[in-house]
Amino acid sequence: MFEVRLHGRGGQGTVLAAGILAKALVAEGKHVVAVPQFGFERRGAPVAAYLRASELPMRAMTNIYAPDCVVCIDSSLPRVVDIFSGLRDGGTLVQASRLAPQDIAVPASVATVAVCDAVGIAREVFGRPITNTVMLGAFARATGLVSLEALERALEETSFRDGGLAQNRRALALGHARTVVHRVERREAA
Amino acid sequence: MNEVAEMTAPVAEPASGRNAPACDAAVTRKEPKVLVCDGNEAAAWGVVLSRPDMVAVYPITPQSSLAEYVAQFVADGVLDAELVEAEGEHSVLSVLHGAALAGARTYTASCGQGLAFMFEPYFRTPNLRLPIVMSIVNRDGITPQCVWGGQQDAMTVREVGWVQLFCETVQEVLDTIVMAYRIAEDRSVMLPVNVNHDGNYLSNGIVRIELPDQAEVDDFLGTPDVNWHAALDPDRPMGVDPLTGGATGPGPALFVGYRRGHCEGMQNALRVIVEVHEEWARRFGRRYAPLVEEYRLDGADHALVTIGSMAGAAKDAVDAARERGERVGLIRIKTLRPFPVDAMVAALDKVQAVGVVDRAVSYGWNSGPVHQETLAALQYCRHRIPCLSLIGGLAGADLTQAHFERAIAETAKLFDGPCPRTPVWLNAEDR
Repeated sequence: MFEVRLHGRGGQGTVLAAGILAKALVAEGKHVVAVPQFGFERRGAPVAAYLRASELPMRAMTNIYAPDCVVCIDSSLPRVVDIFSGLRDGGTLVQASRLAPQDIAVPASVATVAVCDAVGIAREVFGRPITNTVMLGAFARATGLVSLEALERALEETSFRDGGLAQNRRALALGHARTVVHRVERREAA
Repeated sequence: MNEVAEMTAPVAEPASGRNAPACDAAVTRKEPKVLVCDGNEAAAWGVVLSRPDMVAVYPITPQSSLAEYVAQFVADGVLDAELVEAEGEHSVLSVLHGAALAGARTYTASCGQGLAFMFEPYFRTPNLRLPIVMSIVNRDGITPQCVWGGQQDAMTVREVGWVQLFCETVQEVLDTIVMAYRIAEDRSVMLPVNVNHDGNYLSNGIVRIELPDQAEVDDFLGTPDVNWHAALDPDRPMGVDPLTGGATGPGPALFVGYRRGHCEGMQNALRVIVEVHEEWARRFGRRYAPLVEEYRLDGADHALVTIGSMAGAAKDAVDAARERGERVGLIRIKTLRPFPVDAMVAALDKVQAVGVVDRAVSYGWNSGPVHQETLAALQYCRHRIPCLSLIGGLAGADLTQAHFERAIAETAKLFDGPCPRTPVWLNAEDR
């Protein structure tokens, strides 16, 4: 089982991203449960979505408290939300940021940091900072859990409010291509 | 000569003619279409497959996206139905009364405060014996302000006379909406059906589901015949909602006849719900416990009682407890109304203690509504066993495997001491 928590702000398409990822994972034969966090639905407010993928069927329709991976599609969110809450040891952070992965402060639970200038790519593609499909490309690159092809097919089955299919395809591809993945080296305590 | 609609006791007829099901369809079942969608979209696909003639809706969280999906399907020509976007829920259901009396298969969905605003026609729907199918995307009650899941809405109206079914999974939401039409329109039932699915966790939870073939669903449902007993039809003039005379005129017997007929229709529904679920399993390959599901009760000495989507995490907790050697099982209520007394008694007779987990509050008893139902069923059991009330999942609160492991532990304590008269509030410490 692999558990992912996606963080973003209302209007960036966090919940939609979880749905697209669910479609792609199912197409690759995984069992998936995706549940959005229930809270205030306002543009700009912090939102989260949970996704659980497994080789085996799952029954629980619940939130995720100990994710293997955190995907944060907004660069300023880590200042207001504890995005690392409950992250498992050896976990992965996929962060929208212009910083280099080595320059991002992470707790000891993080073993892999992947960064993608998602806002820059989104401005280039959509003219607006809508980062969800960019960060799906980054997620695929960082985790290898889902193929770019499956995500592309999932995009084709999705209706978008803020951009066309061609734009979102390009966003996905650029997100995948321009993500830098860094393995955190930790010195064992003497 | 005007006739009074024959609603006192619809005659049970064997399935024949247009309602006749073909029983060997499973052999030739087509490859189902696969979707990855949430419960509200699944519900909307269930509506599409059921081919209602008229849908009336008013959006309300967490039902809104269901209303939007149905409206989109009508706009796109996926669903050939007349869509009425009424100015409020009272009108929504009133519109469907007229439609059903004119012979239409009908659908709506609501929840929470929308259901509250719908209450006046909601109250009359089963008494008119109209086989309307309505999803309740369960939402907790206000006040304090809350737009999140909880079953307070459906539980509050459980004595109004609708059939009430509660789903565990997204797939079951779709399947149950289709089955609901067969149950509602059965000549021995002729009652409206609420298909309940939990707001948030089922309405917005995304999983893989299978979409049955339309032609096979058409064959399963048959042609609607919903106003043979009560109609707005110039060719068959009748009084569909006559003023009864109190102690005068035809006397109390007329009113009693309506009430007794309604109760008989509800009891008939127990048999029909079982038959329809059985036929669904035969035709479409998915089997659900129609009334009460027994999960790992063999060798169990205590059990949880659950309702709705919480059962998934609860079953995981039961499995984990079994791994530790604890003799625990689970009872899930799918049909709450009519209450499946025999099926519940059969399940309760297998254990010596139960903990009932409610997603709603029974203020009058300082416990949960399903707890009260279970206490009533225990009257018919071989032994009076202790029955603990646990309340959780209010206002969108999560009920995780850990919550159910605690519920199991609290239930096991009943073997060591008296049963508390106050509920265990499972999310009381959750921040």
